Order: sequence, then C-alpha cells, then structure tokens
Amino acid sequence: MAKIKINNMPLNVPDGITILEAAKENNFNIPTLCYYPDLDIKSDCRVCVVEVKGHKGLSTSCSTPIYDGMEIKINSPRAQNARKAIVEMMLANHDANCTACVRNMNCELQRLAESLGIHENRFDTVLQEKAIEQSNPSIVRNANRCIKCGRCVDVCKTVQGMSVLETAGRSHDAQVSPAYGKELKDVFCTYCGQCSAVCPVGAIMEKDHTHNVWDALDNGDKHVIVQVAPAIRVSLGEELNLPLGSIVTGKMVAALKMLGFDRVFDTNFTADLTIIEEGHELIGRLKERGKLPLITSCCPGWINYCEQEFPDLIDHLSSCKSPQQMFGSLAKTYYAQREGINPDDIYVVSVMPCTAKKFEAERPEMRVNGKDPDVDAVLTTRELAKMIKQMGIDFDNLREQKFDKPDEVTSGAAAIFGATGGVMEAALRSVKEILEERPLEKLDFDTVRGTDGIREAEVEISGQTHHVAVAHTLANARTLAQKVREGGTPYSFIEIMACPGGCVGGGGQPYGTTSERSRERIYSIYQVDRLTKIRKSHDNAAVMNLYSNYLGDPSGEKAHELLHTHYVNRRKK
Amino acid sequence: MELKRILEKYPKRQDCLIDVLLDVQNTKSTRHLTEVELARVSEHLGLPESHVFSVVSFYSFFSMTPRGKHILQVCRDVPCYLNDTFNVHETLESMLGIKTGDTTEDGLFTLEYSSCLGCCDQAPVMRVNDTVYGNLTPDKLRAIISECRSDDDA
Repeated sequence: MAKIKINNMPLNVPDGITILEAAKENNFNIPTLCYYPDLDIKSDCRVCVVEVKGHKGLSTSCSTPIYDGMEIKINSPRAQNARKAIVEMMLANHDANCTACVRNMNCELQRLAESLGIHENRFDTVLQEKAIEQSNPSIVRNANRCIKCGRCVDVCKTVQGMSVLETAGRSHDAQVSPAYGKELKDVFCTYCGQCSAVCPVGAIMEKDHTHNVWDALDNGDKHVIVQVAPAIRVSLGEELNLPLGSIVTGKMVAALKMLGFDRVFDTNFTADLTIIEEGHELIGRLKERGKLPLITSCCPGWINYCEQEFPDLIDHLSSCKSPQQMFGSLAKTYYAQREGINPDDIYVVSVMPCTAKKFEAERPEMRVNGKDPDVDAVLTTRELAKMIKQMGIDFDNLREQKFDKPDEVTSGAAAIFGATGGVMEAALRSVKEILEERPLEKLDFDTVRGTDGIREAEVEISGQTHHVAVAHTLANARTLAQKVREGGTPYSFIEIMACPGGCVGGGGQPYGTTSERSRERIYSIYQVDRLTKIRKSHDNAAVMNLYSNYLGDPSGEKAHELLHTHYVNRRKK
Repeated sequence: MELKRILEKYPKRQDCLIDVLLDVQNTKSTRHLTEVELARVSEHLGLPESHVFSVVSFYSFFSMTPRGKHILQVCRDVPCYLNDTFNVHETLESMLGIKTGDTTEDGLFTLEYSSCLGCCDQAPVMRVNDTVYGNLTPDKLRAIISECRSDDDA
C-alpha cells in the first residue's frame, strides 16, 4: 500500500495502480477521453492531466503510476485550465454542429465540454471540411467530427488484430483512416464495427437505417415484421437507463409493437433452425468423412474475415445462412405463403447487436428471389433504443408482452447464441443427443463457456472423443484459423465470433461496452437459457413442425434452397 | 529487381522500417515511395500496411508523390512560422512559380513544408535535400536557388 494525498486528503491505495485508478477508488472521477477500459493506455488526449507536487509539467493520470508520498491535485486551477484549453482546441477542429449529429446528448466530448464549463470557445475554428465516407453498407466515417483520440485505431489493431484504421499525417493534419486514405470498402475491413462502438463522438457510426424503418412503418401498403437477435434482450435496457444485465425481452416486444411493427418475432426461432441445419451438416461430415473441422458461419464479421484473409478455409465453413438470413428467406417464402401476403409487400427488419449484419443483409448470395434482399433493414441495439426514445416510449413501465405466434416457441439453446461459445454449446446439445439416441445427462457444456480468447474442449459422443474449439475477437480468430490452415488440428467443430465476448460485445451494442459489462450480459443470457422450458433446439416443436409442414427433411432439398448459401473469395489483391 | 535487392539487405525486424523506406526512396531519382513499394516493405517486415503508411505520412522526409532534384523543405513550426519579416513560403512560391507541394516543370525543384528541423535559433530555416540553411532572407533564398541551378548546369 502507498500513502498518497489527493486534493490534500490522505489516502492509502494499492501499489502499482495509476493516479486515475487511485482517484476512482476514492470516488474522484478525473475526466478522460482517449482512455477506455480494455484498450491500451495511450495518454494521447491529455484531458486527464493533474498536478503532482514535484513534477515539472502536468501529469496524465491514466498513465502515471502512484508512489508513496505522492501529492496530487486534481482540480488545481492549473490542471483545470489545461483541461479546458485542450478541449477547446479539440472543439476548434471539430464539427460542433451538435444538433445535426446522431451522438447529440450521447457524446463524450459534449459531456466533457459541459462538465468543464466550456460555453464559448476562445479559439477560432480551423476545421477544414472533409468528405463523409458512406460507400459501404455498414459503417459511416465522418472525419469532420474525429478528435483523434485513437480508440478506434487501438481496438482495430490490438483487440481485432486488423489494423485497418491508423493515424495518418501529423499535427493538425493528422487523420484517422485506412492506409493511403482509402475507403473501408477497398481495404480488409470486416465491418465488425468495434470502432463505432468505442468512438466517443459521431465520427464513426453505423449506417443509419432508422429512417428507412420509420418510412416502412408509415407505409400502409407494407406489412412490416421485425426479428430480434438473442443478444439484444440483455443489452437494450442499458441504452434505456436500466441496470446492466437487465433481461428486457417482454418490454422490448411491447415497445416494438408500440413502434408499429405488424408482427414481432424472435430470431431465436431461426437460431434453433440453424442448429438443426448446422447440426445435421456436422453429423453428415462426421459420418461421411467430409471436410473437418466444420466452422460456424453465423457471424458476418468472421465470414467477411474468412473470405478476405482465409479464402482457403471456405470449404470448412458451414453452408448454413445465419439466423438473421434464415429468418429473412422464410419471411419472404413460407410466411408470405402462410399469411397470403405478396412477398414484395413484406418489409423485414432485424434488430442486431452488429454492424456487419447490415453488410450481410445486402449480400447478393442472400436473396431467395435472386433480386431483392430478404432482410430489408438492420437496426443495431443503439438504433432501436434511439427509435424507442424518439417515439417517447416509457420503456421501464411497459407491460411485458410475448413474441407473436406461432413462432414464439424458442429454446434456451438459441438464447445462448449471443455469448461466445453459445452456438457451440447449442449444437453439441443437439448433435450429441441425436447421435446417441438417448437424453443428455447434462445440458451445460461448461468447458466451452467462459471468456478466454480461445477455448478447447473434448466432448464424448457415442464413446468417441471429439475435439472442439471456440474463439472470439478477430485476433483470436486469426490464431485459430492459422492453425487450421497449417493442418493437423484435432478439431471436428469450431465456433468463431468476431467481437469480444460474442454478440453481447458486438459492434452495434450500447456505447460504453467493455469486457466487464459483456460478462454481465453473458451471465444474463445463461439466465435466459436456464429459465426457458425447452433447452434443446431439436425439442422445439414449432421448428420441427416447420420441417414437417414445409421444409421437408433437415438438410434436405427445400432446406438447402432456403437456408443455405455459399461464400466467395474476397481477397482484395 | 532493385526493391528485392534492398529488402534482402535488411533483417525481418520491425525496427528496420525507417531505414528500409529511406533506402528504397533514395535509390530512386524521383525520391518518392509508391503503394506497391509500401506493400512489399510491409510484407517483408511483417507490419500492417496501414502502419507503414502511417509512418510515411508522419515524416516529412518521405513522400508519395514524385519529387524534383532539389527538395526545398521549409520549416513551419512555431519559431520559423512566427518570423514576420518575410514569408519564406510565399517568396519561394513566387520565385519558382509553383505552389507548395508541387514540382517545377523542369523537374528541378519541389517545394514542401517540414516539421521542426531542430535549428530554432536560426529561424527561419529550410532544408534543401540534406543541407539545412538558417537565418533565411529573400537574398539568401535567391542565392540558394541559383546555386542549385548552376549545380545542375555543371
């Protein structure tokens, strides 16, 4: 323990921590900007500077370790003035037309300026207007709002191992961009959207689909249906001021009905369907000695990555569409037929924790009629929360409602798709039981759970040991994919998710997502699983009815036509 | 293959980046780097291309546009910038008939900005290829330019 003083208050704090951590532990919140939990300490922005007795200049509290006898002044006039000047300079090179920005009232720079009492800027603007990049389906980059904090660069480089975004140029000409100032569509970007989730301002955002959805909802000729991904129900509450990890399934359904959707469905239904299809694919490959390991294909960030950097592994990918796209194709075929609605009049919206899902929905390989997208608009968790706020819905007081029939029945196996290891566990529950032809003794496959970057496990099926592996974040995906490329891995089945923690930590999740917060969401997801009556996908009678009434056999001809796809080599040079 | 020969000289170590880039650039009469070269360097050293580009864009001694024989780099950091007796840039622009960033038609001169050259006591300062000139005046600029021209004639 070290004895220090903060603002003349004597304190005992653990050795080795930073000023910022010591202050936080004692209820002083030093303002920060480039600092972000889980990312490297950059001390780029200098907003967290404090005065330390004996130090010549001001010290950045995020990067300065405490020592015994240290005397720190957080709010000395000198520190406050420095902070203020730094933020004023940022504002002088920032498009501060706040009401025209999606981040208005939800912007870290705005909050900072407010808390520092900046109501007018002493500096003239030096902003030189730059073009807004919006040429890809997922991410919009507005360099006019960038304050060069470096969080996006860091998450792209260290968490995802991609290094798509970098700082270019120096001093006030510095910019964040892909190499050579290219656009994201022309480089190895997977659209995972982690950059958009950590951006403190409105410089990197998901492509806004809320306008398209409002228009569709307002169009009397359109039958507008919505599906909600497994990870949304444990994260949406955070954007609407509910406690971390709140399970808001019922309120979310009620809110979607209030927004005017004709039907509200659960993506968990097609997640169960995915397990049946993918499970049969795995069983088929195991029995016929097909290409192994089989690798999951639910995550569009991973798919983009695989197609760009590991095209030689495409044969390993499951040919199953993701739950989002299975829902889309069924909506425009089976559902249209059942309800007697022209598929052209059905508008399918999905709510996803993900920005890459916007890209996936636009893929030409994902169109059952060969010309129109099956999923017409994709909202992120943040966008849905925004629409709920725009509608003025008192979310917390809503009476819980159920998903629409008859697809409201879903399994706990589908619920855990949102957590890393979840698809693996869901598949194992079904594959093991189907192959062994007797009920599982234990439903939980604890060895594939957890948050280690790469997890390996052995699973006994009919007396045979099968090796499986789970990876999350693209950096870990690369390590695992490289092993598979080199050959000789013992795995039969691999699950890969591009984002940290899986979909709970997706690029479209609420601002302020950290691994700590994701762990809480994962806890809630397993809670949903435990509280669900049916916990295995193949026990979902509604899914099995769909097979007998419409699809035929799992992995059969009709199922292949509607629920499977193919991938292409997208190497960019 | 000039590039291949240069790359082979260096171990596959990330700290060689600037040396490799300078070597590649200096072997070319245009003293500039291309996307293809950056890609090859990044591949050789095992660095992301975005990082290599970041380094090239940071240092003013690297360029990604072809340059003339004499590269005039005028410092624009504070002490040089605050010099108010005359504007080095504007003077050079009118003497050479080009804008900053451009190269004269005869390929003799390229006019650029530079970050601090470390000679603040002699502000305003500029560098011509590897030589630094301080305490600049309009006369001195004229002399430097005609010296460069006569070098070329010789």
